[in-house]
Amino acid sequence: MSTLHTVNKSPFATGSLESCLAHCKDGDAVLMIEDGVYGGLAGTAVADLVQQKAGSVAIYVLSADTQARGLAADKLLQGIKGVDYDGFVDLVADHDRTQSWL
Amino acid sequence: MSEIKKFLYVNRKAPYGTIYALESLEVVLIGAAFEQDVSLAFLDDGVFQLTKGQNTDGIGIKNFSPTYRALGDYEVTKLYVEQESLDERGLTLDDLQAVVYEDEDDDWEEKPSIRVVSRAEMADIMADQDVVLSF
Repeated sequence: MSTLHTVNKSPFATGSLESCLAHCKDGDAVLMIEDGVYGGLAGTAVADLVQQKAGSVAIYVLSADTQARGLAADKLLQGIKGVDYDGFVDLVADHDRTQSWL
Repeated sequence: MSEIKKFLYVNRKAPYGTIYALESLEVVLIGAAFEQDVSLAFLDDGVFQLTKGQNTDGIGIKNFSPTYRALGDYEVTKLYVEQESLDERGLTLDDLQAVVYEDEDDDWEEKPSIRVVSRAEMADIMADQDVVLSF
């Protein structure tokens, strides 16, 4: 039993990402979408937190949203995987529930 | 009759600055008609939804805080409030309004609906649901 968490807010604007990471369980997945993808950047104030969680939780960014914002793959934290919209659907299908962190 | 599912409504926003809190309450009340196993979670700024003494006379918005006290009549009796979120905001259970329900399995005894849980317990509650609706 596992959960897909989606985060659509910048971690520099709201506590949504932090709260998500504080509530997700080992084996869950976190998908950053819309402004949430800024949470995947390397060298930020939340990078350590995200990197630390990446060991037990799979972390994804929606590639269309990183590309739209000019975030090249080499700007993202190591271990973060990009997915396209089909990949988003697969993630939803592969988990027991989806929880949005608005 | 279809199988009963566990529904969790997650409330993470303060009450009047955005429409999320009121919309969540409306959906909970509508959803109550479907006789599912419903729980509400209050964490982050969502804990401010339950504070006592709200008075919206000056801002021209309906004070919907009394409506939480009606949830028991719709068999919505599990309001989980996160301890850490209260602590971070300088709140204690005493700062929240009393929400109670009458337990039909216990001679209609009045019992508290608000259950304060730790962040770890909240994570367990979230992971135990069939459907999670976020506001």
